[in-house]
Amino acid sequence: MVEQNLRYRSDEPVSDPAVTVDAFADQNNATAVRIEPGDDARALLPHLDRIALVEVNFPAYTDGRGYSAARILREHGYAGELRAVGDVLLDQLSHMRRCGFDSFAPNQAISSEAADKAFATWPDVYQKTVDGRPAIWAKRHPA
Amino acid sequence: MYQYDSYDQSMVDARVAEFRGQVERRLAGDLTEDQFKPLRLKNGLYLQLHAYMLRVAVPYGTLNSRQMRMLGDIADKYDRGYGHFTTRQNIQYNWIKLEDAPDILADLASVEMHAIQTSGNCIRNTTSDQFAGAAADELVDPRPYAELLRQWSTFHPEFDYLPRKFKIAIIGSETDRAAMKLHDIGIQLVKNDAGEIGCRFYVGGGMGRTPMIAPVIGDFVSPLQMVSYAEACLRVYNRYGRRDNKYKARIKILVHEIGADEYRRQVEEEFAHILTLGLEPPAAELERIKGFFEQPGFDANASDELDLSDPDFALWVDQNVHAHKQPGYAIVNISLKPVGGIPGDATADQIRLMADLALAHSFDELRVTHAQNIVLPHVKKADLYGLWQKLDEAGLAAANLDLIGDIIACPGLDYCALANARSIPVAQKISNRFADLGRQRELGELKLKISGCINACGHHHAGHIGILGVDRKGVENYQLLLGGCEGADTSLGTITGPGFNEDGIVDAVEKATDVYLAQRAEGERFVDTYRRIGMAPFKEAIYAKEPANG
Repeated sequence: MVEQNLRYRSDEPVSDPAVTVDAFADQNNATAVRIEPGDDARALLPHLDRIALVEVNFPAYTDGRGYSAARILREHGYAGELRAVGDVLLDQLSHMRRCGFDSFAPNQAISSEAADKAFATWPDVYQKTVDGRPAIWAKRHPA
Repeated sequence: MYQYDSYDQSMVDARVAEFRGQVERRLAGDLTEDQFKPLRLKNGLYLQLHAYMLRVAVPYGTLNSRQMRMLGDIADKYDRGYGHFTTRQNIQYNWIKLEDAPDILADLASVEMHAIQTSGNCIRNTTSDQFAGAAADELVDPRPYAELLRQWSTFHPEFDYLPRKFKIAIIGSETDRAAMKLHDIGIQLVKNDAGEIGCRFYVGGGMGRTPMIAPVIGDFVSPLQMVSYAEACLRVYNRYGRRDNKYKARIKILVHEIGADEYRRQVEEEFAHILTLGLEPPAAELERIKGFFEQPGFDANASDELDLSDPDFALWVDQNVHAHKQPGYAIVNISLKPVGGIPGDATADQIRLMADLALAHSFDELRVTHAQNIVLPHVKKADLYGLWQKLDEAGLAAANLDLIGDIIACPGLDYCALANARSIPVAQKISNRFADLGRQRELGELKLKISGCINACGHHHAGHIGILGVDRKGVENYQLLLGGCEGADTSLGTITGPGFNEDGIVDAVEKATDVYLAQRAEGERFVDTYRRIGMAPFKEAIYAKEPANG
C-alpha cells in the first residue's frame, strides 16, 4: 500500500495510532480513533474535546456510510483532523471534502494536482453542508 | 416552467466538462471499465446488450418545446431516429456510442437538460403528477416543490453512495396519478383545516422483488422544512439501510424490518438535529421558484363548446382528453401506444411534431407520464379538432388512454442487460389481440403492465393485470398477476399460478377479461370485479383444461 496523505490542515499531524471505537471508550489517553462503516459516529460525541484525529475507513468506495459519519462529527463541532482512508478515489474527493474530510489516505496514490482539480469541479453548490461554502440559494437571497 | 439562472446553468455545464474528461480518461485507457462504470452511471449511461443506453432526466416530467425538439434531434443525430419514454418520466436512447455521449450531454445542457443521477445508488429524478398546474382536482401545484427537491438532490455530497437507488415522487392532488405510495419517498401536498399547506411523507414504498406500499412517516411537515425532513429520512437510510444484500438494500426493507414507528422515531430525532443547522432554503427561494409556475395567460372568454360530430374525434375526446381547471381548456393525452406498437417509443419526427403542437396550442408545455405517454396540459377546446387531425396524421391519435391497449412495458430482453425475458413482443401481441377499439372500450379502464424481470421497471405489481417475465431453465416464461392498482386505492397484484409461454400469456389475459365481462356488476372496473369475486373464478377459467376433442 502506498502511504500517501493528502492533507489540508496547517496543524501538526497526529502520530498516535488510531484505535477502534470500542477500544477508544476504555482508553482515556487515546487521541486518534478509527471509524468503520458499521460504527455509530455519535458514540464519539461525548469525547470530541480530546480527539485530534478521526479516521473514517472506506473498505469499498460504494459504501457511503462514512459521508454521514463525517458530517455528524462536524455538525457537532468536531474541529480535529478528519481523514478518509481506504478505497478513496479521485472522483469521490469533492463530495468527501464537502462532508468535512480534510485529509485523505487513499489506497492508490492520488496526486495533489489531480486532487486540486477535483475539488474545483463545482463552481457552486446546491446544499449547505459543513464546508462553509454558501449554497446557491444563499447566494440568490443574500441576507 | 422553471428556467435556469446562471447558477443552474454553470452546474450543468460543469457536469458536462467533468464527464468529457472522464470519457477521455476511459478512451485513453487511464480508467478501466470497472473504474469507469460508476462514473458513467452517474450520468445515466448504461452498457446494455447491444450498445450504450443513455437515460436523460426530464425533471418532474416537464418539458418545453425547445427541449422536446432537442430530444427529437438527438434521436436523429446520435441514435436510430427514435427515443423511448420511460415509466420514470424520462427518455432513453438505446443505440449510443460512448464517444458521442459528452456531445449529447452538451446538446442537452444547451436546452437546460441533463442526465445527472438518472442511474446509480443515489437520489434519482423526482417525478410528479403529469397534470400538475392543470388538473381540476388540484389542491397545490407540486412543481415548485419538485424543483426545490431537484436542486437539493443534485450532487448531494452525503447521499451519492446510498445502499441502493432512491426515488421520490410528489403530488398535490387528491387523485394520485404518480403511483406516489410505491416510491422510496412519496410526498403528498395537503391542506389542514386552517388552509395551511403541509407535506405528508410516505416513506418505504417500492416495487422490485419485494413490493411494498409506503406507510405515512411524517403526517404534516411544513413546506419550509421539507428539505430538512427529506435530509433526515435519507440520513437514517444511508446509515442503517442494509448493504449486505442488494436485494434487501432499498429503504422499504429498512422501514419494514425496524417498523414504521421506530423509523419515524429515528427520523424525528435526526430532523430535530438538522433543524438546528439551517440547511433549509429560505421562503424567498420557494417564492422565487413559484414565480416560474404562474398560471399561463388563459383566454377568459374561451368557449366550452365542442363539436363532436366527427365520431372518431368524439371517441378520442372521450378517452384521451381530461378536464382542465380553466373553463374552455382541456388536458390532452397523446397515447404512445398505437396498435401493435412498442409502448413509449416515438420517432424523431413525432417528437418534433409534439414539440410544435405544444408551442402552438399548449403554452409551450409538455409532460411525460409514468404510463409512457405525452401530455399537452393546456389546450383550448376550440383547438382540439385541428390538433387531433395533426396527431392522427402522425400516428399519434390512438384513443386508448387507460384501456387495455395502453400497455406499460419495460425495454426487456430486447435491450436490457438485467432482463430475463422480452417484454416488447408480449406487449405487441396483446395490443394486436385487443386491437378493436370497441372491444377495448367495452372492457373499460384496464391497466396492463409488463416487466421483463423481477426489478419491475414495467410496474407489473401495480397493474390491474400484471405480467412478469422470468427465465425458467433457459426458456422465457410469463407469470400473470391480477388485482394490482396504483393511486388512492393502491394494492399489489397476486400471481395466478404457473406461468405461460409467449402465446399462452396472451390467451390467459384474454380469458381473464372474459371472466370480468361475464361477472362484472354495474359500473365495476376490472380491478373492482377482481376485488369483489376474488382470484378463484379467474384461476378456474385461466387454467381450465381444453376439451379433448375440441
